[in-house]
Amino acid sequence: MLNLTINGQAIQVPRGTMLLDACQMAGADVPTFCYDPQLHLAGSCRMCVVEVQGRHNLQASCVTPCVDNMVVDTESPATVEARKIILELLLARHNINCHVCEKTGECKLQDYCYRYGVDDSRFAGEKGHFTSEDPNPFIERDYDKCIMCTRCVRACDEITGAQAISVKDRGHHAKISTVFDGKLADSTCVFCGQCIMVCPVGALSSKVSMNKGRAYQCEKVLTTCTYCGTGCTLELNVKDNQVVGVSSNRDPVYSPVNQGALCVKGRFGWDFIHSEDRLTTPLIKENGQFRAASWEEALDLAASKLKSIKTEYGPDSIALFSSARVTNEENYLAQKMMRAAIGTNNVDHCARL
Amino acid sequence: MANEKRVLLEYADQIDPRKAEDYIKVGGYKGLEKARSMNRRDLIEEVKKSGLRGRGGAGFNAGMKWSFVPQYADTKYVVCNFDEGEPGTYKDRIICEKNAQALLEGMAICATAIDSKQGYIYCRGEYPFMVKLLNDAVQSAKASGALGDFDIEIRMGAGAYVCGEETALIESIEGHRGEPRFKPPFPGVSGLWSQPTVVNNVETFACLPYILTNGADWFAGIGAASYPGTKVITLTGDIENPTYFEVPTDYLLRDVIYKLGGGIKDGKKFKAVQVGGTSGAFIPEQNLDTPIDFDSMAAIGASLGSGAVLVLDESRDIVDVVTRISKFFEHESCGKCNPCREGTWRCREIMERINAGKACPEDIEKLTVLSRVMKNAALCGLGQAAPIPIDSTLKYFKQEYSCKLITL
Amino acid sequence: MTNSIDELEKDATAIFLIGTNTTENHPIIGYKIRKNVRENGAKLIVADPRRIELAEIADVYMQFRPGTDVALLNGMMNVIINEGLLDQKFITERTEAFEDMKQIVEKYTPEVVAAITGVPAADIRKAARIYAEAEAGSICYAMGLTQHHTGTDNVKSVCNLAMLTGHLGRPGTGVNPLRGQNNVQGACDMGALPVSYPAYQAVSADANREKFEKAWGVKLSPHNGLTLTAAINKAYQGELKALYVLGENPMISDPDQHHVEEALDNLEFLIVQDIFLSETAQKADLILPGVSWAEKDGTFSNTERRVQRVRQAIIPPANSRQDWQILMDLTNRLGYSMDYGSPQDIFEEIRTVAPSYAGISYARIERTGLHWPCPNEEHPGTPILHIGKFSRGQGLFHPVEFKEPFELPDEEYPLILSTGRSLFHYHTGTMTRRTQALDAHQPTNEVQVNHHTAAALGIQDGEMVRLSTRRGSIELKAKLTDILNEKVVFTFFHFSEAAANILTHAEVLDPVAGIPEYKVCAARLEKIV
Ligand SMILES: Cc1cc2nc3c(=O)[nH]c(=O)nc-3n(C[C@H](O)[C@H](O)[C@H](O)COP(=O)(O)O)c2cc1C
Ligand code: SF4
Ligand code: SF4
Ligand code: SF4
Repeated sequence: MLNLTINGQAIQVPRGTMLLDACQMAGADVPTFCYDPQLHLAGSCRMCVVEVQGRHNLQASCVTPCVDNMVVDTESPATVEARKIILELLLARHNINCHVCEKTGECKLQDYCYRYGVDDSRFAGEKGHFTSEDPNPFIERDYDKCIMCTRCVRACDEITGAQAISVKDRGHHAKISTVFDGKLADSTCVFCGQCIMVCPVGALSSKVSMNKGRAYQCEKVLTTCTYCGTGCTLELNVKDNQVVGVSSNRDPVYSPVNQGALCVKGRFGWDFIHSEDRLTTPLIKENGQFRAASWEEALDLAASKLKSIKTEYGPDSIALFSSARVTNEENYLAQKMMRAAIGTNNVDHCARL
Repeated sequence: MANEKRVLLEYADQIDPRKAEDYIKVGGYKGLEKARSMNRRDLIEEVKKSGLRGRGGAGFNAGMKWSFVPQYADTKYVVCNFDEGEPGTYKDRIICEKNAQALLEGMAICATAIDSKQGYIYCRGEYPFMVKLLNDAVQSAKASGALGDFDIEIRMGAGAYVCGEETALIESIEGHRGEPRFKPPFPGVSGLWSQPTVVNNVETFACLPYILTNGADWFAGIGAASYPGTKVITLTGDIENPTYFEVPTDYLLRDVIYKLGGGIKDGKKFKAVQVGGTSGAFIPEQNLDTPIDFDSMAAIGASLGSGAVLVLDESRDIVDVVTRISKFFEHESCGKCNPCREGTWRCREIMERINAGKACPEDIEKLTVLSRVMKNAALCGLGQAAPIPIDSTLKYFKQEYSCKLITL
Repeated sequence: MTNSIDELEKDATAIFLIGTNTTENHPIIGYKIRKNVRENGAKLIVADPRRIELAEIADVYMQFRPGTDVALLNGMMNVIINEGLLDQKFITERTEAFEDMKQIVEKYTPEVVAAITGVPAADIRKAARIYAEAEAGSICYAMGLTQHHTGTDNVKSVCNLAMLTGHLGRPGTGVNPLRGQNNVQGACDMGALPVSYPAYQAVSADANREKFEKAWGVKLSPHNGLTLTAAINKAYQGELKALYVLGENPMISDPDQHHVEEALDNLEFLIVQDIFLSETAQKADLILPGVSWAEKDGTFSNTERRVQRVRQAIIPPANSRQDWQILMDLTNRLGYSMDYGSPQDIFEEIRTVAPSYAGISYARIERTGLHWPCPNEEHPGTPILHIGKFSRGQGLFHPVEFKEPFELPDEEYPLILSTGRSLFHYHTGTMTRRTQALDAHQPTNEVQVNHHTAAALGIQDGEMVRLSTRRGSIELKAKLTDILNEKVVFTFFHFSEAAANILTHAEVLDPVAGIPEYKVCAARLEKIV
């Protein structure tokens, strides 16, 4: 174990612990942009710098291994100055339009500017010109809001493995782009939206959720994806009884299968819920045409038909196809209905199709 | 030439750098032979004892660096940093042109010490002709049998200044974008393809044969005690005799300019000298009586760096010179970290504003804070050093800034 | 799956994929496999008629002729046995009938198999060695392996291979079917099968029947029921009179669409409970509007047997009704009394009749789902099956001979047609085709065809073509590719307007599982003139 003093508090950490984690253990909330516990370290945003006694420069705590007897100040004047200046530098290049930004309320840039009282940038000058229109139906890319944390690049590479995007060009011309700076659809992108999941600001967002509600306006309901058999955990974002988006819960306790990662269907394939085509009332076919019916009428009809067929042809003349898409509880009731109420084992579902 | 001391360049122009035979005739590859006869720990001790410190800019003790390489690793690499990206610096090119075999021997000595079979020379992109020379030199050395089973491959850089930074250089050899890595882990533990790797400068390697041949004590006795040996320096700017010299490290800066350099060109007066390349500090007249060694330079807030010496005469506009330097850094920032990517951009903007007479006193304030944060918080040496020219001129030549400001 | 998903990222040192285009059909599992290969250096073997994405990073890729899975697997086992790479200890201690299997496999030398499958003998050897020599070898498969008239044989072969090498019952090993739909596993677990009550308790065993008769307080039928495909056939023949379809779309998902349509038309009464007017619902006499997954509470069981919560996020539209309530209301009208207050009440009953679910409760899976079998409240769940012992005792080797697919290409229908899924759509498209972004991205079906085959037919990329089999034909876009060999074409089954299952056949099914042979039929591709 190593002994450290962080903000005056003594703390012990196992060898190999990174300073950022040690600071967190000591209750210090060190700001970060590029750090992401699921991704390889970048050490590039420099927001997590802290002052370590005896060291010449500020130390980026996410990439600094703890050493015995380190004495650390996470909010020293030099540290705070560095963070404020970094925020001002980022603001200077940023297309600041929080009032219409999808990310307002869960944007790290906003949060840290608020925390450090950075209201404006003394470095205002030329701005970046990065916005790349991308006609894909899933992902909005607004790189005039990008803070170059490269979390998207790493998520794309390390979680999805698509390697669709990377950093192109150098210095302040550096930007996130596909290989030939083209459309995502022409790259190896699979529209999993892992990049949206990790983007700390409004540079990447879901086109499908656009203008439908911000994070703080939504209730997040933890559930399991309705598509393939992997069983990914996701959060349905609900506003005014409408599903307006899907977000990731990245905590492995809540998301043991996928740790927040999703595929294109899970992340963007939810708006069928509110399709105009939804069936909203029982329908009975008469003379080849459907007509609306009450539940009483519909269920009575079903019961009387099934009963008469059972009486006439026996229970095995009736079958039920249950579903791989409905819940366990519903499958259980369906088979129980057939077995106990009809008296047949003619129950199957499309497991094999 | 008055007061030069030539060790690396002793046989300059007398031997063909490509030919191992020529070099052997003047005593070459004796050091390697000796190194091979020693056990590794003693060899590293010997290099440590010589006091040899890195000639690429950071001045780290070479033997110490080697001693960090873990013995258990199967594969280890020796990498020579011949990126020589500092404008005004060409001493590594001179060393190769005059004495390439000494570099190869030095690398082989390092390989012996750390038990490596493969070396790389990362050669500056603007030096394609050197790639040819080095390839010939390696071939000749291999043919002569001098290198034994140690192989050296020459890799050409892509012209980015930051690729001289050792971890960016490693990324570049690996075929990635030339961006620095965070340290630790240092290359000695995890470098090229995540294997332990020693990266040294051309000049550092080229000193080694002489240390082994003549003994650590001999080397330690040359020049300044804390940074012994000789140093090849390149003199440019407003100087009578703009060329290269090899001098002992206790040589005074004033003597470099006035004795070797023959003084300021056209009889003009001295204004400032920038030592160590583009990121070096500007030194005023009052500090000229300082030895050029690493620690003495550091004591006056400057650095020896690569050993480039740029002299400015009285007619030079400091603000204009620094503005141009700020453009260089804006252009060379790799863009990985926030303080440097954004900071070099804004530095350039503010410097241009000052230079154009459109700035006000607050702009100086902004520059000062920005410099401090870049120095404190940038990821690599580029961003940390980029503000030094600004800082040092704000310190010693404030007047030149003030007279360009709009004052209300 | 015998093992859990996470092991594919963390523990497996060699992964053998056969008949699974994992990155498209189980994307998250595919990503984890790729990460394991890229970052931990796990070895990867891919066997698939299409050179799928993961084949690009595979140590061995085997492009075998569709339907020759058994031959390929026997070939690998032949190498493993002959080169002594088998796990003798495992075989002796934990299996039986090894000799029977060995005898059959003997004649499947790599050279013989190469001739059948089209895979070079050297690759078969290499694949066999990598898998057998791995510290932890995992086999994953999906419908590419099962949707054949020999589907059960194929699965048995895969099990043989795992037992032969002892790659079972340890982290990173196992025989791992990747289930296509979110709750296939759960539907099976719950007894939505003609042969078993919940938790795979066979209908045919008297003891089981008695147990359920007691639990449910009613006499139960001792006869196995009809499988889905058999039921369609019975309807076609007029013996099945009423069908209740709950959230499925057999019109699109079942083979030979014309046959299905006639079968449904033959019924006296068809009830469809769904959220959309699917192609099947249009045929119904009565439609009962259920609710979507965002509108209900309950549980799903994923492919690794993990039981997880589904939570109601919104109030369902207008006059629709919770599916469980519909079922309960109807059952009550049929004279059998049900009285549940919520899905949780139903789950509590499931626990009492399904031993593998007994230890799972809503409270326990509030945060993290549990893997069944989980026999009691203290049990941590079972991510890895068969540790130390198989559920039946000794693992049984099944000697399996290779059988050709039912319909082979001939002069009239010279190509092999295989069907499957796209990353951007799901099953019969009832949901994804109504998802704006997904449908905008991939609005139409396509037939994937090798460049050379297309060139020979004068077909250009993107051109509308006609794809026909003995059952019928569809018109769709041609997509030129080099991931297929020249004799094979591939299409998706999500698109009702160009429905792949107009083309597939229902003539022979897997004799045990009743699976249709979606992965192989003889087809013809034509330019439309
Ligand atoms: C921006 C930057 C550029 C550098 N360029 C060079 C260079 O061109 N040549 C060089 O030898 N070292 C250069 N260095 C220093 C190297 O990172 C490294 O310290 C050196 O190669 C170590 O060798 P030494 O110990 O022999 O000096 C540079 C460092 C930085 C931060
Ligand atoms: S959507 Fe997925 S594949 Fe596409 S760029 Fe983002 S992370 Fe990469
Ligand atoms: S797009 Fe977002 S995640 Fe990607 S680098 Fe920019 S700010 Fe970071
Ligand atoms: S300091 Fe500059 S050159 Fe160095 S990593 Fe940061 S951006 Fe790149």
